[in-house]
Amino acid sequence: MESEFIATMVLTFKLASITTLILLLIAIPLAWILAFNNLRFRSIVETIVSMPLVLPPSVLGFYLLLAFSPVSTIGSFLIDHDIRLAFSFEGLVVGSVLFSLPFMVHPIQAALSQVPRSIIEASYTLGKSPLITAIRVVLPSIRHGLISGIVLAFAHTVGEFGVILMIGGNIPGETRVASIAIYDEVESLNYVMAHQYALTLFAVTFVILLLVYTLNKKSLMSIR
Amino acid sequence: MILINITKHLESADGPLNASFDLEISNGEFITLYGPSGAGKTTLLRMIAGLEKPDSGTIRVDDEIWFDSVQKINLSPQKRSIGFVFQDYALFPTMNVRENLLFAASTDSSKLFLDELLELTELTNLAHRRPDTLSGGQKQRVALARALVRKPKILLLDEPLSALDSAMRLKLQDELALIHTRLGVTTLLVSHDIAETVKLSNRLAQIQSGKIVRIVKPLELFSTHAVSGKLQFVGEILSIQYDAPIYVITLLVGHSVVKTVVSSLEAQSLKIGEKTIIASKAFNPILMPIK
Repeated sequence: MESEFIATMVLTFKLASITTLILLLIAIPLAWILAFNNLRFRSIVETIVSMPLVLPPSVLGFYLLLAFSPVSTIGSFLIDHDIRLAFSFEGLVVGSVLFSLPFMVHPIQAALSQVPRSIIEASYTLGKSPLITAIRVVLPSIRHGLISGIVLAFAHTVGEFGVILMIGGNIPGETRVASIAIYDEVESLNYVMAHQYALTLFAVTFVILLLVYTLNKKSLMSIR
Repeated sequence: MILINITKHLESADGPLNASFDLEISNGEFITLYGPSGAGKTTLLRMIAGLEKPDSGTIRVDDEIWFDSVQKINLSPQKRSIGFVFQDYALFPTMNVRENLLFAASTDSSKLFLDELLELTELTNLAHRRPDTLSGGQKQRVALARALVRKPKILLLDEPLSALDSAMRLKLQDELALIHTRLGVTTLLVSHDIAETVKLSNRLAQIQSGKIVRIVKPLELFSTHAVSGKLQFVGEILSIQYDAPIYVITLLVGHSVVKTVVSSLEAQSLKIGEKTIIASKAFNPILMPIK
């Protein structure tokens, strides 16, 4: 029982970490484009990014499940390439990335839109390429947005339930994450285990947030 | 030698504007672009820097073509030898003063030059301070020093002193003049301030509605009517008050407020806000050193 608990918790945080990392890589360029480029289809892109905020998780989960199924075009293509996403950990990662996308993109986009255009231009006039400018000038000055995005995306993935239940099911060690396990334990009236999961999630989330906000406050003060 | 001959369609606050600039600048010159806001001064500066693209024309600096619409050449700002001081200073908030300058430096030799610049702009003691702990004048000096680190051919200053109080302004004008003499860098300054213009520049390009209407020596701009005055200033009329039987005119000359009297006939030709010449030749002015 104890080893299953640990395996579930490890899986939960592994999913959240991988999702957060992938999101960070996707969200920075995406937020950059949304904040700085005058895209023609900007409203459409923004709408798609924000959809998971209002869409019931089961809707996204349902369509992902259909897309992953071997009878669909995407699913059969993936299976031909030996990628099984339905009821697998990889599938959970894909679902979580989509579902937590706005939680990463929005804080970064908001922070980027606060960056004065002139510091980017100043860097260009000092001979620095857009990439160097992004890494050395822009990203350090939006690190509060980055931290908010990381924390929100991580916490949101840890707390994810609907999408995971739809596309991952409840396979121990593969797709059973803590939020699913709580539901499962309650269903079988095993309140002690449900408590153990719930309290652990509660404590870990509290500590992470507390740590981040404390660090954030310190680094804010060091600038001032 | 810098040759600029460019056009650009602008959307200004007063509607669309077809700007065209034709300007020749010798190396080492200090030129001020003077004119009302929305006339295209900043745009001209930004086009020279490569931050904005002209619609047509050429920009040549010595033997280099920076922009040529026919040959489809448009060097990126990174490839142009410029230093740009932005109106909001644009200092990198996460770097201290020295790091801001180091960011611009590329070789070891320019790192030595960096220390010299810190010295020249009196920033040595502030080298480890973050931009948001600095005063406006200090920030402005950091921005100036940073723009000079790469030893640019052209220094572009976009109203760098406009946000400062007058005392700080005067001090930094002296500093700018000193740096220009010391480094001899060709400088283009956008300015609204007459005193600043007269004090700093060799030549002055007056810009109106996207055109350079004339290029003159600073004092000439304000003395279109030749007065054989012994003493002559340019001022802005702040108020006109009738105090029978004469009019009392209050003027801003440089940074001082001056009052003088005129007859009602003379007063008819004066308007509040207008630039005017004050000349005196009838009596001896008194000069007293200020201690």
